[in-house]
Amino acid sequence: MIELISESKCVECNLCVSVCPTNVFDRVENGIPVIARQSDCQTCFMCELYCPADALYVAPDAERPTLVSEEILDEQGLFGGYREKVGWGKGRKPVAEHPYMYELSKKTSFG
Amino acid sequence: MAKVLEDNELQLAADVLVIGGGPAGTWAALTAATKGSKVILVDKGYCGTSGATAPSGTGVWYIKPEEKLREEARQSRYVLGGKLAEIPWMNRVLDRTYENMNKLGNLGYPFPKDEFGDPYKRGLQGPEYMKLMRKLVQKAGVQILDHSPVLQLLADEHGVGGATGVRTQSGHTWTVRAGAVVIATGGCAFLSKALGTNVLTGDGYLLAAEAGADFSGMEFSNAYAICPTFSSVTKTAYYKYASFYYEDGTVVEGAGSQRGRSIIARNLLQGRQVYASLDQAPDDIRPLLRVNQTNFFLPFDRLGIDPFKDKFPVTLRLEGTVRGTGGIRIVNEQCATIVPGLYAAGDAATRELICGGFTGGGSHNAAWAMSSGSFAGEGAAKFAQELGDKAADRQLKSVSTTTFTKAGSGQVVSKTGEAIQAVQEEVMPYDRNLFRTQEGLEDSINRLDGLWTDLRERTTTLDIAGVRHREAAAMTATARWMYNSASERTETRGMHKREDFPQIDTAQGYRLISGGLDQVWTKKAEVNKEAVTP
Repeated sequence: MIELISESKCVECNLCVSVCPTNVFDRVENGIPVIARQSDCQTCFMCELYCPADALYVAPDAERPTLVSEEILDEQGLFGGYREKVGWGKGRKPVAEHPYMYELSKKTSFG
Repeated sequence: MAKVLEDNELQLAADVLVIGGGPAGTWAALTAATKGSKVILVDKGYCGTSGATAPSGTGVWYIKPEEKLREEARQSRYVLGGKLAEIPWMNRVLDRTYENMNKLGNLGYPFPKDEFGDPYKRGLQGPEYMKLMRKLVQKAGVQILDHSPVLQLLADEHGVGGATGVRTQSGHTWTVRAGAVVIATGGCAFLSKALGTNVLTGDGYLLAAEAGADFSGMEFSNAYAICPTFSSVTKTAYYKYASFYYEDGTVVEGAGSQRGRSIIARNLLQGRQVYASLDQAPDDIRPLLRVNQTNFFLPFDRLGIDPFKDKFPVTLRLEGTVRGTGGIRIVNEQCATIVPGLYAAGDAATRELICGGFTGGGSHNAAWAMSSGSFAGEGAAKFAQELGDKAADRQLKSVSTTTFTKAGSGQVVSKTGEAIQAVQEEVMPYDRNLFRTQEGLEDSINRLDGLWTDLRERTTTLDIAGVRHREAAAMTATARWMYNSASERTETRGMHKREDFPQIDTAQGYRLISGGLDQVWTKKAEVNKEAVTP
């Protein structure tokens, strides 16, 4: 489930409000968005992927909230990790064109 | 496009209205726009992130037009699907998928390269694919309304001609009048949180049925995915590298991703937790797996689990008709339904035509979404054009079974929550839906009939509470078509498993058509066997 929006990182672009397929966030006038309906989160990680500031953290558990703190997430380098792996963001190459996709399909039935 | 903001209501007109912004909906919108139609696409969530495709990677049934390869492709799941697929449809979908994937490459999808430097087109990464589809749809002049679920279809004597819904982020209602409507709302996974499926609650099925459409293959609706208990990421295919264990470390004999899912389910039913480890994955392909399905590893990485070494608890999450094969019956090559002006595509439409009674995830489903989407887009554009002048003065009325009022009181919300839970209790348990019996099905049908009557009699509001109410009604209706069809098919075929009839019955090689709202019905229909090779 979506667990937190970092106050220090968020740039108030409200992209997460727009892209969340299950409408979990609410826009706040002159402020960072709020997680208004956490239990509606389907844990698809799409908000994290679209966040240009790496300000969101989605915990893997889809059923119940996880207690997380920004300090620990920062320490473990968990903010923006998925976005980096998918290759979204300036100067990154999308994972979609990674040569491993083809390598895998040659060796297995995947891809 | 006429646009009037009056009394908190958005009024729009188009040639084609597409409901749903996943792969099928975006291909429908793009194709209709290319044919010269004015198109509006409405998505319950956000076109680009909504639905089962957006969050993850998928294989695609992309087969070069060489007869030997095509024949292998047609045969690959034919027997597994209980011989209910149709060769002419497989051919059309193989052709159109080949064409659309090539188009995608030309339009900017970053396919990886093979050893000759040519684009390799057997798979798509959902986030990249759907971001591109949104861009292409917008570039084609299609107007997108995000966060705009449909509450009712509008129709007159010419057929379906639009819809009304609500914009969940502003509270405005919206109405689109259109020459034709494409339903591409996905299947129904009953809010199970299987990855990306919580917007897929069977809404399109209910809308279609209210307009008079019927269904095919709804008995093939019991897809369950293997998933870590602490995660929503349902990527069953990777578990072909898994060993399954009990808590004490002994192996669960016969468990597996392809044919051994039932054994996992039976253990879970007895309260025995099953653990998995992808310890059978050869060392050289582990890094490749990590890249190919990035999000599969995300939950493990975040929890400090090495899925290739560690044992982690697994469960089976219901995917219902999303990766089952049933859906709205289509009656011609343009993906028309029996209702004039109404078209269906993707998971919302029956996939029996190319999969028979079995899918699972991946390639066929992605191929069906993009092919049926573009077939439906063409059909809807043509229908709207032929309607011509008649479109302007249509007397459209709601065909909904729900009675809506304007103002929102919010009071129905808690009752809706109870209804949703009640449907889930009928469709999620493995001993009801995965392992079916006559007795179990009849019990469920009785309770679901009662629930339907209850929901049907409640008045609701044209707002977010109304959306939830409709989701509950749609899930209830879907479960009733599923179980009435499952009760009629007294055999085990494709993914439909009957405990009391464990064998395939050669006399039942027909389709099951279903429909109805207050009275659910089923009937048999022949499969088009033309040109089927043994």
